[in-house]
Amino acid sequence: MNESSAPRLVVTASPHLKPGDSTPRIMWNVVGSLVPVIAAAAWFFGVSALLVVAAATLGAVLAERAFGHGGSLADGSAAITGLLLGLTLPAGMPLWMAVLGGAFGIGFGKAVWGGLGQNVFNPALVGRAFLQAAFPVAITTWPTVGGGFFTLKGDLFALPFLHPVTSAVTSATPLGLLKFEGKASALASLVIGNRGGSVGETAALVILAGGVYLALRNYLNWRLPVSIIATVALLSGVLHAIDPHKPDAPFMLFSGGLMLGAVYMATDMVTSPVTNLGRWVFGIGVGILVVVIRVWGGLPEGVMYAILFMNALVPFINRATQPRVFGTSMRTTA
Amino acid sequence: MAISVEFRHGVHPPEEKELTNQLPIRRMPFADELVFPLRQHAGKPALLCVKVGDHVERGDTLGEADGFMSVPIHASAAGTVVDFDWWPHPDGSMAMAVRLKVDRYAPQVARPRLVPRWEGLTPAEVVQAVQRGGVVGLGGAAFPTHVKLAPPKDSAVHTLIINGAECEPYLTSDHRTMVEYAPRVLFGIRVMMRSLGVRKCVVGIERNKPDAIEAMRAAVPADLAVEILPLTVKYPQGAEKMLIKAVTGVEVPSGKLPVTVGVVVQNVGSVAAIAEVFETGLPLIERIVTVSGHGLRRPANLIVPVGTKLRDLLAFCDGVTADAAEVIIGGPMMGQAQANLDAPVIKGTTGVVVLEKNETREQRSWPCIHCGRCLEACPVFLNPSMLGDLARVGRYEEMSANHLADCMLCGSCAYVCPSNIPLAQLFQASKTALRRQLASVQ
Repeated sequence: MNESSAPRLVVTASPHLKPGDSTPRIMWNVVGSLVPVIAAAAWFFGVSALLVVAAATLGAVLAERAFGHGGSLADGSAAITGLLLGLTLPAGMPLWMAVLGGAFGIGFGKAVWGGLGQNVFNPALVGRAFLQAAFPVAITTWPTVGGGFFTLKGDLFALPFLHPVTSAVTSATPLGLLKFEGKASALASLVIGNRGGSVGETAALVILAGGVYLALRNYLNWRLPVSIIATVALLSGVLHAIDPHKPDAPFMLFSGGLMLGAVYMATDMVTSPVTNLGRWVFGIGVGILVVVIRVWGGLPEGVMYAILFMNALVPFINRATQPRVFGTSMRTTA
Repeated sequence: MAISVEFRHGVHPPEEKELTNQLPIRRMPFADELVFPLRQHAGKPALLCVKVGDHVERGDTLGEADGFMSVPIHASAAGTVVDFDWWPHPDGSMAMAVRLKVDRYAPQVARPRLVPRWEGLTPAEVVQAVQRGGVVGLGGAAFPTHVKLAPPKDSAVHTLIINGAECEPYLTSDHRTMVEYAPRVLFGIRVMMRSLGVRKCVVGIERNKPDAIEAMRAAVPADLAVEILPLTVKYPQGAEKMLIKAVTGVEVPSGKLPVTVGVVVQNVGSVAAIAEVFETGLPLIERIVTVSGHGLRRPANLIVPVGTKLRDLLAFCDGVTADAAEVIIGGPMMGQAQANLDAPVIKGTTGVVVLEKNETREQRSWPCIHCGRCLEACPVFLNPSMLGDLARVGRYEEMSANHLADCMLCGSCAYVCPSNIPLAQLFQASKTALRRQLASVQ
């Protein structure tokens, strides 16, 4: 090699090979896997569902743009937060509330902690918890499924801080029906998703398909959804066997936000444990809390709080489940 | 027959061995000038024993061993010493080195100067002969081989393990050595087994080298208890502790040497070098180097005189392509990127890999998202995610409490990190910082 043809040498630290994956690629794959879920939401709740999801995403993205640094919008994590938040809202939610929820989720759920990777709580659920506290009526006004695609549900375009007109045709969610009216729902409609509820939580099979896709690509750790679903099934099965008035396992699995929570919320890498043992502990904890809140709590639904409570425990779970170091009988202390 | 135990975790980088694994080893001619750093091995650097203007023959000593934890450095060609000064070292630093102008008209025939009749030697004399031959571990770490032949008196070594895993992508020098020089490797094994007084030897070879496994099996003499053990293809299978785990099922205790579990590990190339010392009487003055990579015009397996500059080596392989970007000494997982092509091939140089621009790592990294992939890659079961967080804020003592010392810098964590965090680099820097802190306390 003579001097003239000598290349400009790149000098980097080892390992020198480019890894096959990147954080933005993981995030955008999660976004992609949500497309069918959003499509199902549109199928059941019409254009209203799309508007609510878009509004929440807009809020999240604007907040990331305002608080994030170094082009953090491009990593896709803010988009996931907004989409997931939107999917947990009812179709008739006034859009300004959805925007506010998305912004709150990113601002208080992520930015104040130091941005991507630093937050303790799932930002989408932080946004939803805020909306639940601030607008308890709007977030529990569940429009009925069906109707024309372009039929707007609820009072989507209500102006901020004016009392929304809740004149739309509403129906309770299966969990609400059971809790407050003692009525059961048909399992088939629960599995398929043509039932009342948040826009993205009803199509259980579509959500599961998205989870399987992400798990196969190693973008989601299967231990989390499996442990949550298995715990809820087992625990509610036992309770149902003891007291047949309590809901049975299939109802518990396919009602409310359990599937969306187990597949998309609990599996957030940032806010779940890093060790496989810790993931089992986390999932079992979420499952127990879901059953406890649903069966004995005052609320019909408990997935959001179950995950948020377990999020708070993640640092301790990580510390307690560190791997054993090769050639020792010790764990790292973390 | 034993079955290999798979070590847990590890990664699967692209192997890229088909570029060179069927190419027979060729000999590279002498360059016009050769450079010999006195520090080419673990332990103390050699002591200079020539002066500028001296004429040396091929195989003459340029630097003598400085104590037991050291080996001599020999001239790989006849020529004249023209300089002794700082020179770029393949590890990225500068080192004192002898520069030799090669005599173009010398016959370059080396006089045998070591005792080739090994049967009459005592184990201590074998150790001395191997040290005088300047033999070091040729797998990359360049640990003096004779030290491994003289384990502490109180240790009970029962098994010799020969490392033919060659798990680094691109590298095929050990592979070709086993295919082409299997009898020589087995002669080296015989010398080592007798010197160590062990009856059992296992040669571990990754399954992606079926021709090497076959050649080695065919070459095992009837009177020698040598087992050829195919291993799982997984990085870092060739790491000493992983190999011992795979062969014996035992974990070497943290912070301890393999002799504590009765094992001595030696690289295939080093065993062949021992054999060469007793077969030809020549010291270690040349080695087999894989020169490969998509950025190189004509990849090859070459016998290269120690001291050959990278510039000359790459030129002999028809140079690099227009897209070449990074020149690495060693493999791409643990090797050192070179900033200066005047750095020479030394005894520990297993290969030279030229990567194209699109194969190299990006500069940009993202925050850790705690995906946990590094925990599932780490072959010694550390928590690289947490150690990386600690390294960034300089909490080295905490890293030490979390077993930083057990990290072998294999780079598996950084390889799988989707956020492209340079974990291996952070850990290496932290180890250095800890050593400095320790030194300043004393």
